[in-house]
Amino acid sequence: MSDVLVEAPERQGPQPRVRLKANLEWPDRVFRGVARGGGLLVLLIMALVGTFLTYRALQALRQAGFSFVTTQDWNPDGGGFGIAAVMVGTVLIAIVAIVVATALAVGVALYISEMAPPGVRRLMVALVDLMAAVPSVVYGLWGAYFLQWRVLGLSRWISDWFGWIPLFKVSGVQRHDPLTPETLYTSSTFIAGLVVALMVAPIACSVMREAFSQAPPGEREGAYALGATRWGMIRSVVLPFGRGALIGGIMLGLGRALGETIAVVLIISPVFKIQPHIFENGTSSVSSLIALHYGESSPFALSALMAAGLALFALTLLVNFAAASIVARSRSGAVSEA
Amino acid sequence: MTVLDQKTEPRTSIPERGRSSATQTRRKLGGFRKSDVFALVGGLAAASATTGLLWLQIGPFTGALGYVIVSWFIFVGTYALLVSFDENRPTMWDRIATVIVHSLALVLFAVLVFVIVYTFVRGATALRHLNFFTQDMHDAGPLDPLTVGGIKHAIIGTLIELGIALAVSVPLGLLGGVFLHEIPGRFPRFVRTVVEAMTALPDLLAGLFIFATLILIFGMEKSGLAAALALSVTILPIIIRASDVVLRLVPGNLTEASYALGAGHWRTVRYVVLPTARSGLATAVILGAARAIGETSPVLITAGATAQVNADPVHGPMMSLPLLSYTLVQNSQDNMVARGFGTATTLLVLVLVLFAIARVIGGRGPGQLSRRQQRRRAAASRRDLNRFAGQTTAPTGEAQGEFS
Repeated sequence: MSDVLVEAPERQGPQPRVRLKANLEWPDRVFRGVARGGGLLVLLIMALVGTFLTYRALQALRQAGFSFVTTQDWNPDGGGFGIAAVMVGTVLIAIVAIVVATALAVGVALYISEMAPPGVRRLMVALVDLMAAVPSVVYGLWGAYFLQWRVLGLSRWISDWFGWIPLFKVSGVQRHDPLTPETLYTSSTFIAGLVVALMVAPIACSVMREAFSQAPPGEREGAYALGATRWGMIRSVVLPFGRGALIGGIMLGLGRALGETIAVVLIISPVFKIQPHIFENGTSSVSSLIALHYGESSPFALSALMAAGLALFALTLLVNFAAASIVARSRSGAVSEA
Repeated sequence: MTVLDQKTEPRTSIPERGRSSATQTRRKLGGFRKSDVFALVGGLAAASATTGLLWLQIGPFTGALGYVIVSWFIFVGTYALLVSFDENRPTMWDRIATVIVHSLALVLFAVLVFVIVYTFVRGATALRHLNFFTQDMHDAGPLDPLTVGGIKHAIIGTLIELGIALAVSVPLGLLGGVFLHEIPGRFPRFVRTVVEAMTALPDLLAGLFIFATLILIFGMEKSGLAAALALSVTILPIIIRASDVVLRLVPGNLTEASYALGAGHWRTVRYVVLPTARSGLATAVILGAARAIGETSPVLITAGATAQVNADPVHGPMMSLPLLSYTLVQNSQDNMVARGFGTATTLLVLVLVLFAIARVIGGRGPGQLSRRQQRRRAAASRRDLNRFAGQTTAPTGEAQGEFS
């Protein structure tokens, strides 16, 4: 008996792998064919949008060359054009938005996953989802007609006291001068950023909430058993667990903030020079540039607009892919993917 | 040899029943203590008073919002100080974090309520006149009162555009989602990457794409169809991604059970995967629709603008609610702005309705059934039972009694 045991397994290299072949019936074959066809169609549409935009944009890019990145003016039919001013404006608005939105989103996500009583939790989840569904034109109107006039005092206060920081400076204003016209502070990067923040906060918040609520209960209870307070538990278990989703959610919101159009158009007054002062009247963004100029454009100017759009697309694409890879690599991301 | 042999006192003892249970009181684990309330109220009072002093007497500050923000910062500081008198360090940090998180949640809640209430209040002046829903803007000049003109054309346009956009993107989107979930291999992974990339596409560029291809190259008019196609391009990746996520939540043991019973791929998808994920898929579609209805920028470029009812999606410009709202508030006349807010309110109501429907349908997880579905399932299995017993006629009371 023992002889058999010794001789039985003949280990002579790897065995040839048995190929499993499914013999599909016709409904399955049709289904797979249709599904593949659908996938291909989706791919085609997406690829068409991307390649077409690139193709049309190249015409303008070739003419402008490197000056496309450095020029501040937008005058494609005569003279130079470039995205220096609009890109800076876009990025500044997005940064203001994401700073405010991050604070809001993290706070609300923690409230929903850790502190809210169950009934309130369901309500808050619904409200956050609703907030993501409210049309951007509604936010834009609210920002332009309501929020703008409430924020002026705050803008003025910050720029009066912290104007020595270049970012907060407002040019042409005497400090504490009561005669300063309020219109100097309207239509600024700051106000546009605030409104965009309200639009992207729910998006970032729902990503974070998902991850926070998946933090392993065993580790939570372990932290409590070691004597942690609730905040101690959050800091040592929930936040490290959800770090990937935290960063991912912020980046996702950033991607959205970069591309926001109508709310920004309704608030800012466009200028084509680099505007580094976030409280000062007048700024611009790529999407508002396109929205305001597509109508009266010649074919070449349209191509230039597409080049600007393409630059914006490249930026949001970069941000989104970074977000996706961070979320996928984190612990919470791996759990939710499975 | 064993412990049992030794005569020792038993280690454990049964507690005497009925011993002085009346003296024990239940300890409260949650809730507030008096000192908590004192600290909170004291902090609030100190903060608002200090800020009031700053605002009125010392510094030339302006604005109610600044008052709230500065007093909030002072409140957090004072509250931390008050708590630190009674508690240790970690507890103090815990209280500070709790206060901050609660106030952030409050801010979000307040903002949402403010946005909705403000839109409704400003919109009410226009909505009060019934002609707002029954007329178009054809006869209404900038100076006309609110009793003339309305948004009928935009409502019709929005519904038509939404209908076409959904007709294009829902079948394609669901098919795409099923494709990503069901077909293995490298190709779907590539498509998923591309779809994820396209969710980053700023919605404006979708409009620009349609404008540059269909309108400039193929010579199509600016029309409802073009706008609907632009909207389709915008929401297609959103629907695909959402349905892919929902399909992933279908429990694997259900599909495996189906395969084990000998069902093919298509049968499994048709009878197990899709019904299980139905409520989630419906939510994905409705949220896509809510997104499409509120998008302004693709429509702005592709639909053109008109003041008349145009029910023909192929010819002539078509108005939609977000676009009309945007156009109206560009005009600085008070009545026009009021109309713009009225339009935005109508749009908001539409979105709220869609959202409520999504919550009702999508409130359940995958595989959870509504009561009607459960009844239908029960009836179906009863029929099967009768079929297996060789009774092809309608079940009678006796037959049911036999098997149940």
